[in-house]
Amino acid sequence: MAEDSLTLTRLRDKFAANILETHSFRGDDTAVIQPEAIVAVATCLKNDPDLDYDFLMDLTAVDCLNLGTAHRFEVVYHFFSLSKKHRIRIKVPLSGKGPELDSIASLWAGADWYEREVWDMFGVKFRGHPNLKRILMYEEFEGHPLRKDYPISKRQPLVGPGSPSQTPSK
Amino acid sequence: MFSQGFLTSQLEKAIGWARKYSLFQYPFVTACCGMEYMATAASHYDLDRFGAGFPRFSPRQADVLFVVGTINHKMAPILHTVYEQMCEPKWVIAFGVCTCTGGFYDNYATVQGIDTIIPVDIYIPGCPPRPETVLDGLMKLQERIQQSRQEF
Repeated sequence: MAEDSLTLTRLRDKFAANILETHSFRGDDTAVIQPEAIVAVATCLKNDPDLDYDFLMDLTAVDCLNLGTAHRFEVVYHFFSLSKKHRIRIKVPLSGKGPELDSIASLWAGADWYEREVWDMFGVKFRGHPNLKRILMYEEFEGHPLRKDYPISKRQPLVGPGSPSQTPSK
Repeated sequence: MFSQGFLTSQLEKAIGWARKYSLFQYPFVTACCGMEYMATAASHYDLDRFGAGFPRFSPRQADVLFVVGTINHKMAPILHTVYEQMCEPKWVIAFGVCTCTGGFYDNYATVQGIDTIIPVDIYIPGCPPRPETVLDGLMKLQERIQQSRQEF
């Protein structure tokens, strides 16, 4: 196996206790870290001049309900450095009951809407988020549609048949 | 017929004739079908040949509501309001299979046919429908307008 990239080495040096797993595949590095450490790790990735991850490319989640994992959710971060041209994926496992995680919206403003989307679709709460409300679905929507236990064709209409108001249509 | 300088008709037929050839449309465009709508409306296929070349961007000035593209549950109350704002007489065309039945979006977000929200006169299926299909639908609507009882 090729030797670890600068980022993985640096993370391992600084956060040995918080890293659950790392792997690299064809130049793509991944680190799985404990939920408590996300803000510390993200701060290091952003502020360390050798790493300089100035771009949060993506922040999303995976529902591992039927994947046989010990955890229910994974929150996935993709960081990229425009100056160093390197990237890293950070994964954070979360349990199924009231999944919560610290927000990184204070570090990357772009995380604001991503975290709202993950809250909307998966029901992961981000502590310290400035405005954690639904971003895609309407406020009246109940549940989180991308969770694997959300019934695939369950609809919550606002007007017409099945809506709370039963607005007459004709 | 014109040699005597006049022609006779029934008032109802004359109004129907006038209405079917001066359709002010309101295009409610939400998705990719809008491209096909534009192709149909532009000069190559030319909706103006059918007297429907004049899109209005206020529902209060429109006769026919073109619902073009997927309608989701968040959008549904807006579509309903737009329909309510139109003056009588008014007609609705469901443009594309998403508006007819929800199309292949059988999920939490999509309305399974706009006829669950507002009454629809003409369904034009297709993903997206060809301009010829749209023109056929429009001509069917004109037929329907001509044949219906005219309120005035």
